Amino acid sequence: MKQYILKRLLLIIPVLIGITVITFAIVHLTPGGFVRSNMEMNVKVSPDSMERLKVLYGLDRPLYEQYFKWLWRFVRFDFGESFIDNRPVLDKVLERLPATLLLNIVSLTVIFFLGIIIGVTSALKRNSFYDRFMTLFTFIGYSVPAFWLALILMMVFAVKWPILPVSGITSFNFDMMSAGEQALDVMWHLILPVFITAFGGLAYISRYVKSSMIESLTQQYTIAAYAKGLPENRIIYKNALKNSLLPVITLLGLSLPGLIGGSFIFETIFAWPGMGRLAYESAMTFDYPVIMGTVTMAAFLTLLGNLIADISYALVDPRIRYR
Amino acid sequence: MNKMIITGAAAAIFLILAALSAPLLTSYDYKAQDLNIRLAPPDAKHIFGTDELGRDVFSRMLYGARVSMTVGIIAVLISAVIGILFGAVAGFFGGFIDNIIMRFVDIMLTIPTLFLILMLIVFLGPSIVNVMIIIGLTSWTDIARLIRAEVMSVKKLAYVDAARLIGLKRRTIILKHIMPNILGPVFVYMTFGISGAILTESGLSFLGLGVQPPYPSWGNILTAGKDYIHTAWWMVFYPGLAIFLAVFSYNILGEGLRDYFNPRLKRENK
Repeated sequence: MKQYILKRLLLIIPVLIGITVITFAIVHLTPGGFVRSNMEMNVKVSPDSMERLKVLYGLDRPLYEQYFKWLWRFVRFDFGESFIDNRPVLDKVLERLPATLLLNIVSLTVIFFLGIIIGVTSALKRNSFYDRFMTLFTFIGYSVPAFWLALILMMVFAVKWPILPVSGITSFNFDMMSAGEQALDVMWHLILPVFITAFGGLAYISRYVKSSMIESLTQQYTIAAYAKGLPENRIIYKNALKNSLLPVITLLGLSLPGLIGGSFIFETIFAWPGMGRLAYESAMTFDYPVIMGTVTMAAFLTLLGNLIADISYALVDPRIRYR
Repeated sequence: MNKMIITGAAAAIFLILAALSAPLLTSYDYKAQDLNIRLAPPDAKHIFGTDELGRDVFSRMLYGARVSMTVGIIAVLISAVIGILFGAVAGFFGGFIDNIIMRFVDIMLTIPTLFLILMLIVFLGPSIVNVMIIIGLTSWTDIARLIRAEVMSVKKLAYVDAARLIGLKRRTIILKHIMPNILGPVFVYMTFGISGAILTESGLSFLGLGVQPPYPSWGNILTAGKDYIHTAWWMVFYPGLAIFLAVFSYNILGEGLRDYFNPRLKRENK
């Protein structure tokens, strides 16, 4: 087990370096750029002051030098300061992370909870009306564009019957509320975003659980359990279910990039103050340090999440451990 | 053939035909403004209403279908070429080359795809060509992993050994003996890829990062509609419905193909 973890940890290093190289390359090798896009069209900025700006931000140095300088600071968790407001990148990311994590943890919980229930029940009643209905329902959710559904729900719940908030994470009078009211207010704002995210994500999990459950139900050990005369409920919920839920841990690991990165399209519509919107805003203003910080941190956290998922999978499944 | 393939393929062909024959299906120019009838609700003359500049929404959607279909198909072709190439090479040669390619795939999988697309779009500039290329460049990892796994399993089969024994070239073995056997799963992935690309393009266009006005795309009609959700529901409802139906039909087609190419599943359903 120790060896397995060590091996996985060592494999992370090249991937991590690769992430920094790719991010850096995209940001620096593409035409346009911070100084050009923000200053060139502005007649008030002389070429001379543009040069001084480049020097100030270190953009005049050779690329490899910029990269290693950035990497060296990155290793020490110093992501530099934003070009736009001069605040540390780490602060900007950390203040956006909770909103994204909150939305996605709640959505993921809903998705996994409902997805497992739908998957198991559909597997048990295969080809029934219920099974077909659920397949269609989750499939519609999978195909519907989230931003369109968001707009439609806004039309219904904000324009026609204004009962649900459609923007942001808190009400405007949030600061004047008691702690309990604040929690309720945030939950209130979560309803529509969570509904839309969960509706979209349900198909993947429920289908996976369903086919994995069908597989367990046709395995030798299930047949053996039936032959032994064990009660059916026990076979289904103890033997088959347990085995078919194992791979779900991997799915959880795979859902992590979305969990941390968030969706900038979705977050923009709901004015949700998350990581996706931070990436969007910083990309639109060519704010290099913030983009690179956001992307590499999201990638780094994803890597960490995948590692945890793999290790916990190895912990529960002895077949992996001894390979 | 199953029902899902027929339904999905029929819907997809219908959409492509509608996009191709756009000038025949509408008498309005998608750019023609008529400020006298701004934001007019659907009626007999403008079946999906008009937008904020008095342009016919139905015509704009027909031309928008061209964008969606082109982006979907071209982006998937790009990603399939890259994915098949990397996957086949990694699976066939194994060892060091496989290791390098798969680490690269790991890296691509770790960076949130939307962030990657966002960075590339912003730095390269928003345009329909860039959208196609960028979606293609960022969505090949699934196909690559699939092909690699398939090639690795096919490689061990007796007939590939036989081909090697009679002295066939590696390239011939890959192209003539291995590839045809893994085409099924590739079609499945490509079909789902088209719907994914359509969805991404519409989302990007919605944010102003895709197709630029005055050229219509389903996404950017929605953008304009967003500002009028209080008054002009048709500008939001119809383009979004079109995106949904396009994505849905390609997904159904993909689902049908998946069943069709999966013999084990077929047996189970009987």
